Amino acid sequence: MNTRAPAVEARQLTKTYPGDVTALDGMDITVAPGIVFGLLGPNGAGKSTTVKILTTLARPDSGTATVAGHDVLRDPRRVRRAIGVVAQQSGADPVATGRENLQLQGRLYGLSGAALNRRVDELLERFTLADAARRPVKGYSGGMRRRLDVALGLVHRPEVLFLDEPTTGLDPEARTAMWEEIGRLAGEEGLTILLTTHYLEEADRLAERIAIVDRGRIVVEGTPDALKGELRGDAVHMELGEPVGEAGRTRLTDALTALPAVHEALCEGRRISVRVDDGAAAVPALLAALDRAGASVASATVARPSLDDVYLRHAGRRYAEVQAGPEAVLAGGVR
Amino acid sequence: MSAALTQTWYMTQRQLRVFARQPAYAIVTLIQPVIWLFLFGNLFKKVVELGGFGTTSYLDYLVPGVVVMSALGSNMWAGMGTLEEIQRGTLDRFLTTPVSRAALMNGNVVNNGLVTAFQSVVIVLLGLLGGADYPGGVGGVAVLVLATVLLGTVFGALSNALGMLVRERESIIGINTFLLLPLTFLSSAFMAPAQMPGWMRHIADFNPLDWAMVAGRSALSDHPDPGDILGRGGALLALAIAAVWLSIRTFRSYQRSV
Repeated sequence: MNTRAPAVEARQLTKTYPGDVTALDGMDITVAPGIVFGLLGPNGAGKSTTVKILTTLARPDSGTATVAGHDVLRDPRRVRRAIGVVAQQSGADPVATGRENLQLQGRLYGLSGAALNRRVDELLERFTLADAARRPVKGYSGGMRRRLDVALGLVHRPEVLFLDEPTTGLDPEARTAMWEEIGRLAGEEGLTILLTTHYLEEADRLAERIAIVDRGRIVVEGTPDALKGELRGDAVHMELGEPVGEAGRTRLTDALTALPAVHEALCEGRRISVRVDDGAAAVPALLAALDRAGASVASATVARPSLDDVYLRHAGRRYAEVQAGPEAVLAGGVR
Repeated sequence: MSAALTQTWYMTQRQLRVFARQPAYAIVTLIQPVIWLFLFGNLFKKVVELGGFGTTSYLDYLVPGVVVMSALGSNMWAGMGTLEEIQRGTLDRFLTTPVSRAALMNGNVVNNGLVTAFQSVVIVLLGLLGGADYPGGVGGVAVLVLATVLLGTVFGALSNALGMLVRERESIIGINTFLLLPLTFLSSAFMAPAQMPGWMRHIADFNPLDWAMVAGRSALSDHPDPGDILGRGGALLALAIAAVWLSIRTFRSYQRSV
């Protein structure tokens, strides 16, 4: 662990939007300098609101936060100089070319002349936009735009880079390319990255530390391995033939946890998830126990623990079910 | 201070680029004034015979009215651009950089001012082509253009503030269509004040559009009246400063709502 001051520190942030929509409900985050920190959670969990507050765009109703050592409420100007922001929509100017967008962004941070041009060329080259540099952004593909967005956030060599859902809406190929790019950024000297995502795989792959956000607060935090390691052994997911009520659920989970091999059992709708040391070996006993308890099992699968299981354990809900929209299947299906 | 000025220039440049790369848009906005000039110019030609217009050619009288109307018509939609930038994420991106809020808004103001000045000069030249006479000369035209730019600034800044507050196209369209005709017709755009019903004339006295028209017409006439020009021009300047100040303040309420 780094002993330097945290790059990002937020304490008890709360924010309620008009109409009594609670976006943040006691959000606490500490991000050590130089790491990639992933805020993982479904849409509406409060990730974007957190980023808006940390990047001085929005104000919390209560709580405090510092970024790169500066207070976001008392010293927003210093914070702005120290951060790079790649929002979900970064809004590059469509009429301007990629180069012009980068030049303007650089000028806003006080870069000029040869130093600005060098930096712009460097970024265009690095994000493979050099060929498209003189074309208006409105002709760019989704992946090119997103790369430009990241380049815009890096133009002034920030200390802390915020990436708000950097791959949402990208096709799989562009997503993989973006992951590689973020992976390279992570190696850069001293750069701290705060990444939000609702893709489990993305957080698992990119972040050194992950905090799972649910309903406006952090429910658990740790390294991806530690989080998964918390779930020793395998997960066995079983689908029941027919749904059971509240009482039935308790009866079934009790029947399962009574087995010596079972560490934990969770029942949700028609789905039962069980943690055991050796999944394949445990399946017959699990099926027999459920049979004795009067439930028929339609299917059973054995899986290595995933962040989905971590999410289920700490948020009490299955990730895929919280996800709204067409991306739910993709995010939930990722293992 | 100088940083804010350079930033304002960067922001202006960015906006002017849109104007320069999509010239079709600027040309389209000139079609309407042309129609006003030549249709109304011909339709109401004889109206000058009623007297009180200060000229014997209705076109002379009409040109400043159309110049000011067009400035209203183009500036009052500025909020649509701001709305688009909000939806695209551009505004949020700038707000998280060190750029000053004033520069962000003043980029709009300067850009709109330059576009308005350009359009105004084109309309004045079109009028000249149609046979209008401007005894006040280049100085008179300059005063008309300046007053028009100030008027455009008032409505452009208010429209920007509105865009940030309501964040709905429909509201901007609704308010603009509601305001456009009353503001135009409760002014001396088409009819000399002497020929207007008394109550209308009194309302027109409080209409900023009318201030710009009165100042411009006076400057273009044989005998400019410094009192009219400075009085109305000063009022427009004060109003423009207030509107721009208000629009810069609106960033705060915008940021409270994101």
